[in-house]
Amino acid sequence: MWPIYILNGLYFAAVIFLISLGLNIILGVMGILNLAHGSLYAIGAFMAAWMIVALGEGAPMFLIYPSLLSGVVLAAFFGLFMEYFLIRPMYKRALEYQLLITFGALLLLEDVIKMIWGGEAYYASRPFDALGKIHILGNPYPAYFLLVMIMALIAGLLIWIFMFKTRIGVMLRAISLDREMATALGLNIHKMGTFAFVLGSALAGLAGALVVPTTAALLGFGMEPLILAFIVVVIGGLGSLKGALAGSLIVGQTRSIGIVLFPEIELALLFLIAAVILVAKPEGLFGR
Amino acid sequence: MGLKKVITRPKFIIYLFVILALLFLPRILSTFNLILFEYGLTFAIAVLGFNLLLGYTGLLSFGHGAFFAAGAYGVAMIAKYFPGLYSMEILIPSALLVSFIISAIFGFLCVRHTRIFFAILALALSMLVYALVFKFYYITGGSDGLSVKIPSMFGMTFEGIRRPQFLSGIYYYFLLGVFVFSFIIMKGIVNSPFGKALQALRDNELRAELIGIRVRRYRLYVFIISGMFTGLGGALWSFINGHVTPDVSHWVFSGEIVYMTLLGGFAIFEGPIIGAMIFTFLKLYAMGSTEYWMFIIGITIIILVLLLPTGIAGGFKKLADRIRE
Amino acid sequence: MGFRMLIAEDLKKYFGDVKAVDDVSFEIGDGEIVSLVGSNGAGKTTLVNLISGYLMPDTGKITFGDSDITYASAYKRIKVGVGRSFQGASLFETATVLDNVRTALFSRYGMIKRGLLPADRYADIRNEALEILNIFNISDKNNLSPKDLSEGDMKVLDVAIAFALKSKLLLLDEPTSGVATADKFKVMDTIVSAIRKENISTLIIEHDMDIVTDYSDRVLVMHEGKIIAEGKPNEIMESKDVLTTLFGIGD
Repeated sequence: MWPIYILNGLYFAAVIFLISLGLNIILGVMGILNLAHGSLYAIGAFMAAWMIVALGEGAPMFLIYPSLLSGVVLAAFFGLFMEYFLIRPMYKRALEYQLLITFGALLLLEDVIKMIWGGEAYYASRPFDALGKIHILGNPYPAYFLLVMIMALIAGLLIWIFMFKTRIGVMLRAISLDREMATALGLNIHKMGTFAFVLGSALAGLAGALVVPTTAALLGFGMEPLILAFIVVVIGGLGSLKGALAGSLIVGQTRSIGIVLFPEIELALLFLIAAVILVAKPEGLFGR
Repeated sequence: MGLKKVITRPKFIIYLFVILALLFLPRILSTFNLILFEYGLTFAIAVLGFNLLLGYTGLLSFGHGAFFAAGAYGVAMIAKYFPGLYSMEILIPSALLVSFIISAIFGFLCVRHTRIFFAILALALSMLVYALVFKFYYITGGSDGLSVKIPSMFGMTFEGIRRPQFLSGIYYYFLLGVFVFSFIIMKGIVNSPFGKALQALRDNELRAELIGIRVRRYRLYVFIISGMFTGLGGALWSFINGHVTPDVSHWVFSGEIVYMTLLGGFAIFEGPIIGAMIFTFLKLYAMGSTEYWMFIIGITIIILVLLLPTGIAGGFKKLADRIRE
Repeated sequence: MGFRMLIAEDLKKYFGDVKAVDDVSFEIGDGEIVSLVGSNGAGKTTLVNLISGYLMPDTGKITFGDSDITYASAYKRIKVGVGRSFQGASLFETATVLDNVRTALFSRYGMIKRGLLPADRYADIRNEALEILNIFNISDKNNLSPKDLSEGDMKVLDVAIAFALKSKLLLLDEPTSGVATADKFKVMDTIVSAIRKENISTLIIEHDMDIVTDYSDRVLVMHEGKIIAEGKPNEIMESKDVLTTLFGIGD
């Protein structure tokens, strides 16, 4: 059974990685902690689920899988909206107010989700069922989970290449390292910020869309992933891509193994690990 | 400053009026509104503590719900497991003790960090409390929560008395007394040399350290004091609510505490109290009008942040300053 | 030389390849005012940081009075009497000018932990704060916010805060930078007369050679991490080597 637990841990890690990567990009480039990030994840999930249900039972699989991307697109749009109306006016304001406005956005979005999709659960399990199970070391394992892991890996790789090898990516990193210097060098902070925010939101939406075939989309379902993403950021370090990876792996595996060995306190176990890391290295593993 | 001078200052006269008005409130308000007002008072006590940390020391915590829960659950657990000790004289100190312990632990972990890290860590820790309360449902009642019956107070028992009657009678005056007492204590802290040191470390941490102020240590003290005030608010709240559930430890509830403080204005001492009062009535009104009350509250937050950065009390102060000119 | 307030021996602080402080030794006597001059990047601020405790040296020894403070925390150094001011005045922006000094006094007297009364009730401390402001010629501005002060007054307030800690050694980092040229001497007069009155040993980082000449007992010249010359102001000003190093060829 152990290989299964480890695989589950990798699956959790993959999902949390996408969410915390998005959170960290926004945090790193704009210095803003988006408390509504979990709502964008939920929007991605609801949209993807709705799309699959709307396409109907008979729709061919080559339409079903891409329709998951509708979640990414909608989450990105909401991110764009949020950035323009709520974040940009707050650019020079104090941190407390920035956090508070994203909190306001969270409350708003939770009800917007309710307004659009109602209060019921959305199920869209076809993408999951269609892939069946693969045998790994003698144990049957849902292949869809492997797909999610691969998608997360690809996304991570693309982001890495983007951040380190493209001009825009380098600019984003420059801004996250030293805002003032970046402005002095003539970089358009506002446009870059918008881009980062939309990218981060898209990643959250992607995570939600990928997850929804495995579970039901329900109200309030962005809350727990958000907290786990925060723990990843705390463990891995603010604004660090490597940190998001390392933190996600730790969180994912702890959760997976914890659920089996210490089901009641697996969250407490996670916190214990985080506390130990923080006492030893207050900025997080890869933090500045 | 002699006593005579203090008494004739305009602020003191306003306070006097307010207290007199509050004493007569049970005669003016309906029971429903009075109870709502009492909810507001418990939040006011909680945010008085919270603002010591935010307004005066410059640290934003999105996890103060955990201390509110500490106070409330402290009361509820005694009700369930130590009914023989269920009297106000024991309950209030116990709530303070529990919130002291939890805020000391959280504070120790959090004050080594600042700003965003601090906010996230406080948030995450409060969610840990939330999760634990859920998981250990056989002790804490889980999502069903625990009930909080009317305690005995100073030798008086209230068998057979219904809660609204208790709340509009002796409990109101008790609560008012605790509120005034908390107000005076917090005023004392803020005006003392310690309060001045807090403002210095909020303004310029480096220089504060260099004039001999132990920044981390004092942040921890403030964290604990603010946690205890919030826990006291939670305990007093539990008697009104009659019931405690894990939601009070959820970070969204902590966010409401932040909102109340900023709504009133965190730069003015009385600001958060006004914010707590307004929010209590605002939330009830919103919940009563529509199922999408979170949307409404969310919009008010956004409007507040964009248009009224100094909060309502801050807005009034600006107005008053302008009139004075 | 008499009693040495500060003795620095063989101090080294390297940042990778950069030898910010490279084998520096010097002394400051009781009540002596020493100026530290040198081009930008010579290592002056790093040296002051080593003495004030903001940085720890890689090797070397710092003796203050009769205690070894080489690796003591900044907090401990303040307690034994090392004070410093900052190049860009480091003040408490939301407190009044009075409170800027008064809070330092509260800290010095240990009142922060013990004081239960409202801060205004401590009349002696309030008076002492006003006296200090008076020495620095800003007591009439005690109710203002630091933001409302002139550049010169802000620098003076910065020094006043360090002064309130009854430091026996003051480290002043460019006390007249940012001050209008017309006011520079007024500011230095104020600061130095307060220093002389209390016989405080002082190390001043300064770029303006007129100020250095007028107010210092001794001058230390730093270049690329080392002290290349030391002596009375007029000796230094007449030394060809120093002038060449500091100001380029043929000043």
